Amino acid sequence: MTDWRQERTARDARIARAGPHADGKVVPAAKAVDLLEAILQPGDRVCLEGDNQKQADCLARALSACDPARVHDLHMVQSGIVLPEHLDVFEQGIARRLDYSYSGPQGARIAKMLYGGQIELGAVHTYLELFARYFIDLTPNVALIAGVSADRDGNLYTGPNTEDTPTVVEATAFKNGVVVAQVNAIVDKVPRVDIPGDRIDFVVEADRPFYVEPLFTRDPAAVTETQILMAMMAIKGIYAEYGIRRLNHGIGFGTAAIELLLPTYAERLGLKGRIATHWALNPHPSLIPAIESGWVKQIHCFGSEVGMDRYIRARPDVFFTGSDGSLRSNRAFCQTAGLYACDLFIGSTLQIDLQGHSSTVTTNRVAGFGGAPNMGSDPHGRRHPSDTWMKAGREAGGEGDPALRRGRKLVVQLVETFGDKLVPAFVEKLDALELARKLKLELAPVMIYADDVTHIVTEEGIANLLLCRTLDEREQAIRGVAGYTEVGRGRDKAMVERLRQRGIIRRPEDLGIEPLDADRSLLAAKSIKDLVHWSGGLYEPPAKFRNW
Amino acid sequence: MEKLNFRHSTTQALPGTRRQAIVGVVASGNLEVLLERSLPPDEFTVEIDTAIDGFGDVWEAVVADFVDRRQPGGLRITINDGGARPDTVALRLAQGARLMEAM
Repeated sequence: MTDWRQERTARDARIARAGPHADGKVVPAAKAVDLLEAILQPGDRVCLEGDNQKQADCLARALSACDPARVHDLHMVQSGIVLPEHLDVFEQGIARRLDYSYSGPQGARIAKMLYGGQIELGAVHTYLELFARYFIDLTPNVALIAGVSADRDGNLYTGPNTEDTPTVVEATAFKNGVVVAQVNAIVDKVPRVDIPGDRIDFVVEADRPFYVEPLFTRDPAAVTETQILMAMMAIKGIYAEYGIRRLNHGIGFGTAAIELLLPTYAERLGLKGRIATHWALNPHPSLIPAIESGWVKQIHCFGSEVGMDRYIRARPDVFFTGSDGSLRSNRAFCQTAGLYACDLFIGSTLQIDLQGHSSTVTTNRVAGFGGAPNMGSDPHGRRHPSDTWMKAGREAGGEGDPALRRGRKLVVQLVETFGDKLVPAFVEKLDALELARKLKLELAPVMIYADDVTHIVTEEGIANLLLCRTLDEREQAIRGVAGYTEVGRGRDKAMVERLRQRGIIRRPEDLGIEPLDADRSLLAAKSIKDLVHWSGGLYEPPAKFRNW
Repeated sequence: MEKLNFRHSTTQALPGTRRQAIVGVVASGNLEVLLERSLPPDEFTVEIDTAIDGFGDVWEAVVADFVDRRQPGGLRITINDGGARPDTVALRLAQGARLMEAM
């Protein structure tokens, strides 16, 4: 007779093996290694929670301290390769195979280990894509997650950084997996229940609070006049032009500059209430002046941001908050919101080629994707119209009956033509192709594909790729804003001038933008301290951003 | 350190009467641009002191575009460059020209 309960039986055995190390569900940090060695089996699929923000760091240390003779050949399925321990487990033989999404700070080391064959790579995903696979073919046997506090029954309070936790737990707990949560404290009663206790098998009281990276804090003091000029162009040439209300911003200084120009430059243009009202966005400190000036109706967040908790608690009309008053974030929902309910994604990149493909991969760094490609893509499953979406669709044109033409999401690349150390952002060929060849990847790691990009904004101007009708026009439109890079200097000047006549390329002067206005005095806040003032003292910046 | 000199003839004089202006600062990644209205109305020169060698052709292109777009006849420009990127140079030149035109 078929045994339909093999997975359940295996799960029960894992729980039973772990029992001696726990008091009910509670396990002291000192026993975390014993706990993991009892639960884990060779070859398990393991989700070690961590993304570009919060980290289950206590459990990561415990996993890397496991005995490779007992715990080996794990298949890690996780959002972020961020902590050293995330890669240590591969060096130690504890883990062998990897499916992930983001590897920002470990980009150089992961590239080396991939070249060296120390990691068997499944694929590099976008966040939503990896989450989706948790429910289809990458379902974790064991999830190691992080929360702020839990009670003895396992009811979990994630705090403002809920992020990936509900998704990871859903996929693991409801498919015979084991869920272990590290928490900063065991309490009698949690402030709110983010994850019900019957989905949590063990709670480890961590030796120190879980780590959160303040990835979304941009110091206004470092915003340059070039970035201000580009922000002015984006606001006047794109936000105003298309009436963009629903949007997502990337994390660069260019988009921070846009946020800081809303209460000044955009206000002067009379755009308040007409643009930038509804957001899928982390709580960027640089958005505080716009929120305080009444620009922002609401924001749904992927995660939280270090130092923003008190401010968010005081602005529940703007942010999604729980019954305890603190932020409730959710990466899967916010990514979905960014994909389907926003009309614009704007972000930066490291390389753009002549067709408009972009990548943040260089030959010695594999940064992964994170969520940008989810937001920075035109969702073919979208069926609701908006003026912005329909206008972009009309500009894109196309064959056949105009009544059957879909709209288009605006996907804007905001890039300075030269990056750090005068490295050009515009290239003939993406480094990602060379990387794919060296690693024998079937699919080159492209962040945003050319056919999703609608506009490129540089300090030289805006290229509207929707209006290009041939590949040649597209290439010259890109060269025409590529500044003094080799790609830019290789332009066909006469053709670029014709594209400008047709409004496909627009220079600051075509938009009526005065270069003298591109001045730091235009920033609503010029420093982190200014942001604290704007927040009425509610924003508490992390130490590394304090210089007073 | 590298010194570069470019001379262009222009079809027009830069509008305005202001004799002199300075934009920018001498700092790493930035530059100071001194603009003086001291040449015949169909002449333009620029002298560059740059901290970074080997970008002569980029400077030449930036200056040629500036001449093309602004027709800065009569100007003598002196640049003290702290390794600014070409976009910063172009922005400073545009800002300087606008200042000289403003009065």
